[in-house]
Amino acid sequence: MKRLSRIIVSIVGFLLCICYLFPFYIVIVNAFKNRKELYENMLALPQTFTPEYFLKAMSKMNFLRAFTNSLIVTAVSIAFLVVLASMTAWMLVRTNNRLSKTIFMVFVATMIIPFQTIMMPLLQVMGWIKNITHIPMVNSLGGLIYMNIGFGASMAVFLYHGFIKTIPVSLEEAATIDGCNKFWVFWKIVFPILKPTTVTVMILDVIWIWNDYLLPLLILSKKELRTIPLSTSSFFGQFTNEWNLAMAGLLLTIIPIIIFYLAAQKYIVKGVAAGAVKM
Amino acid sequence: MKKRSDKAWYILFVAPLIFVFTTVVILPFMIGIGYSFISWDGMPLNEKLFVGFDNYIRLFMDKRFVASAGHTVLFTIFSVLLINLLGLSFALIVTGKMIGRNLVRTMLFMPYLIGGLILGFIWKFIFTDVFKFIGEATGWSGVFFSWLLDPKYALVAMVIVATWQMAGYIMIIYINGIQAMPEDIVEAAKVDGAGFWQTLMRIKFPLIMPSFTICLFLTLSNCFKIFDVNFSLTTGGPNNATEMMAMNIYNEIFSLGNYGYGQAKAIIFFIAVAALTLIQVSITKKREVEM
Repeated sequence: MKRLSRIIVSIVGFLLCICYLFPFYIVIVNAFKNRKELYENMLALPQTFTPEYFLKAMSKMNFLRAFTNSLIVTAVSIAFLVVLASMTAWMLVRTNNRLSKTIFMVFVATMIIPFQTIMMPLLQVMGWIKNITHIPMVNSLGGLIYMNIGFGASMAVFLYHGFIKTIPVSLEEAATIDGCNKFWVFWKIVFPILKPTTVTVMILDVIWIWNDYLLPLLILSKKELRTIPLSTSSFFGQFTNEWNLAMAGLLLTIIPIIIFYLAAQKYIVKGVAAGAVKM
Repeated sequence: MKKRSDKAWYILFVAPLIFVFTTVVILPFMIGIGYSFISWDGMPLNEKLFVGFDNYIRLFMDKRFVASAGHTVLFTIFSVLLINLLGLSFALIVTGKMIGRNLVRTMLFMPYLIGGLILGFIWKFIFTDVFKFIGEATGWSGVFFSWLLDPKYALVAMVIVATWQMAGYIMIIYINGIQAMPEDIVEAAKVDGAGFWQTLMRIKFPLIMPSFTICLFLTLSNCFKIFDVNFSLTTGGPNNATEMMAMNIYNEIFSLGNYGYGQAKAIIFFIAVAALTLIQVSITKKREVEM
């Protein structure tokens, strides 16, 4: 009886999985068909697995360029976020005065502001900064990175703040007596302890920044600066009557994500759960 | 001496992030409130006209905006219910005695990582050409036709894609809640003769209540603010029948060029999101006290 129920649950689970994966199946099989073959049967396996459309999509999307741009933006934004947010959160926790409490409150409160509420004035402010300092904030990867740091700050500070509160001060005090200044106390003693939170912050920010669409759309109009979502979107817009090419392009964008997922699955699942539970 | 160096360290550690954060979030937010009282087409040289509360009065009579709010509420209600129902069922299946549960869990979570934009594109192909093909091949063209051309079905399509994206994510949080459940209580209930349903309803559900509130909050705010899926799957069509609030604001500002009026909508959108969040948080707090 028990065995039977186990088998039934397993079968239901796998049927569910198949339904869930059906869209991926559609993408994969149609990425290898030519136009005629695609319209003959969209559900069948392709007759041959030719990489032709794949390569064509790759060059039309300027995939390698977009991939490099996305990689730079994601990596640099996250590096800055981790460093700046952990430092800020540590100071805010360890200097327990009214100013620190106010700053933290502001970080948390602004988390509810939707992006649509600030997108237009943000563009104006970035324009002013450019006029005053001549630093190109719009139409540059650096500008996008700068804005990502601003948008990611609240959540990163919030997560670090919550974790640092649980660490006893005694270790840091011992190091201070030994003559370390605050900079080294933080980097040698505190930062290594923060590793679990750092992993969580990194995972959540990779998912967000890699897939972010609207902010880059508003900031980057030069073709050579496009990130993956931007180049996918413009490519898809051009080839909706050539679904085989469109599907090849989509498959191309999905593959790096799946590789990343399979490589870091344990951390991703843990990080996503930890990030959500602390919200 | 000591005091002064402490202050210097404080500034050195905190100031850089505060500076970036202020220019990117705080300043635009405050300036945005100002913009909502003017009429402006976005051209730097063109005049900005102060119109007081006119923008706010106008938007309540704006049929397209009010309709987009309606779509958003409808979409949010159905998506939140479906996502949580599926997410919880997945979590129960995957934490049960299933064969290959890790593999299943891995697959169910995958759509969440791919992001709304690309998922929307994939489903666009399915809801238009693949559905038409299935309809012609099987003769069930009453169900399988191009869904995105029909206002009602296009909204259903939005719900399906959002569910497909987020159910696996919500599942992960429910799994966490289920695994944190003290085993002995469940065992004790079984020893006392509780059946499957009784254990589920009387023991397991009350124990995963905290996860439930988190999931409700996350799905509510994610669905209410949805943009990417809307943009890639339906672009608001057919005839703006699936245009959500976030997209309406985007269109008003950047497509129609009504910067001041669009910003007033954006402020109303913020107030709606904030109200939703505060209600949710206060309910959560109350429940936590009772537990």
